[in-house]
Amino acid sequence: MIELDNIAYSYGGGELLSEISLSIQPGDFYFLTGPSGAGKTTFLKLCYGELTPTSGHAKLFGQDVRGMSRDDHATTRRRIGVVHQDCAFLDHLPLSDNVALPLTVSGRDDLDQVANLKELLAWVGLKERAHALPPELSGGERQRAALARAVIMSPDVVLADEPTGNVDWDMSQRLLQLLVELNKMGKAVVIATHDMNLIRAAKSKVQARVLRIANRHVQLAGADL
Amino acid sequence: MKALLSDISAVFVGDAQADRVVPPTGFTARLTLFAAGAMAFLAVFALALSMASGRLAQRWGDELAQSSTLRISAPVEQRDAQTAAALRVLETTPGIAAARALSDAEQRALLAPWFGPDLPVENLPIPQLIAIEETEAGYDADGLRLRLQAEVPGAILDDHTRWRKPLQQAAGRLRLLGGLAIVLIAAVTAAMITLAANAALAANAKIISVLRLVGARDSYIAKAFVRRFTLRAFLGAAGGTVLGVGAVLLLPAAQDQGGFLTGLGFQGLSALWLVLVPLLAAIVAFVATGAAARRTLSELR
Repeated sequence: MIELDNIAYSYGGGELLSEISLSIQPGDFYFLTGPSGAGKTTFLKLCYGELTPTSGHAKLFGQDVRGMSRDDHATTRRRIGVVHQDCAFLDHLPLSDNVALPLTVSGRDDLDQVANLKELLAWVGLKERAHALPPELSGGERQRAALARAVIMSPDVVLADEPTGNVDWDMSQRLLQLLVELNKMGKAVVIATHDMNLIRAAKSKVQARVLRIANRHVQLAGADL
Repeated sequence: MKALLSDISAVFVGDAQADRVVPPTGFTARLTLFAAGAMAFLAVFALALSMASGRLAQRWGDELAQSSTLRISAPVEQRDAQTAAALRVLETTPGIAAARALSDAEQRALLAPWFGPDLPVENLPIPQLIAIEETEAGYDADGLRLRLQAEVPGAILDDHTRWRKPLQQAAGRLRLLGGLAIVLIAAVTAAMITLAANAALAANAKIISVLRLVGARDSYIAKAFVRRFTLRAFLGAAGGTVLGVGAVLLLPAAQDQGGFLTGLGFQGLSALWLVLVPLLAAIVAFVATGAAARRTLSELR
């Protein structure tokens, strides 16, 4: 679904990532680790087409990112759920509308989906907060809401940038469980995280692989965890 | 074309959700309303001016076109004979409905503004005037001149073209200026709405990037802005038009003295043009906001 073929990415100054090749297939479950500033967020952005590689080819669902129109990008985003690091909500809309936003913008906000929304909010423990505005939420609540929004379209791929950074252990287990369930339904999941405990916990539930970013390269980590 | 029509219908039918996605901004909204209203107010006056000058040109043209004057400048002893001869010629000229020599009293009245009421006209060698009324079809002025030259050497025909042309020209120019003013008003409205839309798009850059992140197409995002500005321009212009018409109605009514300004009102079917003012404002806003949104969005990722 996402094919990265020898891609590199450089910001104005120097190269941040280089010689990256990776193919994300249905049912894959990846963790992405590495020190802060190593390029985890950049890597995820390359995966959903927010950034275009400076060399090499990135293909999303068979389409080269360079040849994609703006509408192609919009369509692709509907198939890739993204949990943004800073959550990115519309602050004037209540939480439930924010979570349902992907449905709204794609014109799929029908009744079935509304029932779905309630179930999803209950799952992430935000049923009581459905009418709160995003600025009224705690960091953890925002992250849970961001995850709910990322999965509401039942996307083929879920990319999550530090989805458990601000939540307690129990809730991070719960979120992980949600991602594992989605993965079992054939969705690909990529989670960027610092949290080694989370990775260990996931390994007992799912066939997860760990990608480590070091020295501008992305390597598949061995059994060192 | 179909897509355009559905876009236009979407503006009026609306999508409540798309509308809520962009937060309302009271200040820009009020400014847009005010600007559209002020421009519509001015447009009403430009329209009134343009129509009044159109009517004026027509009236001058009509009144002067249907009449002409024959002047007989002959020695006093030949005057009556030549007048009679001229009347005979005029009676047999096709295209002339009536011809009548002005009486001394009438000639005195014509001269009174210049020489005072007590002028002894009968003692002065004043030329005799003959008023000619034309039929609808009119007559051949050059042919008549030739015939008069042969039979009534002292006759000079004035068919008023000399007067009519510059008057009509002036009125026509005035009308053109009115039209130009309307075009300029529409252009300024477009410019202001473009600025307001750009400001709104810039102020909502974060919202736009969130919408893009969750898979919104440009057309969806643009619609929220276009709908808003189109409605604002329409409502503002409708208000401005009502106020403008009210102001025009408050002008003194047209009088016989042929006052120019007092004839500024809207008469009959021409009032229908007023309906077009808010519609034009809405169309201008629709196009301007659409263009601004497309330009801004294409610069974002």
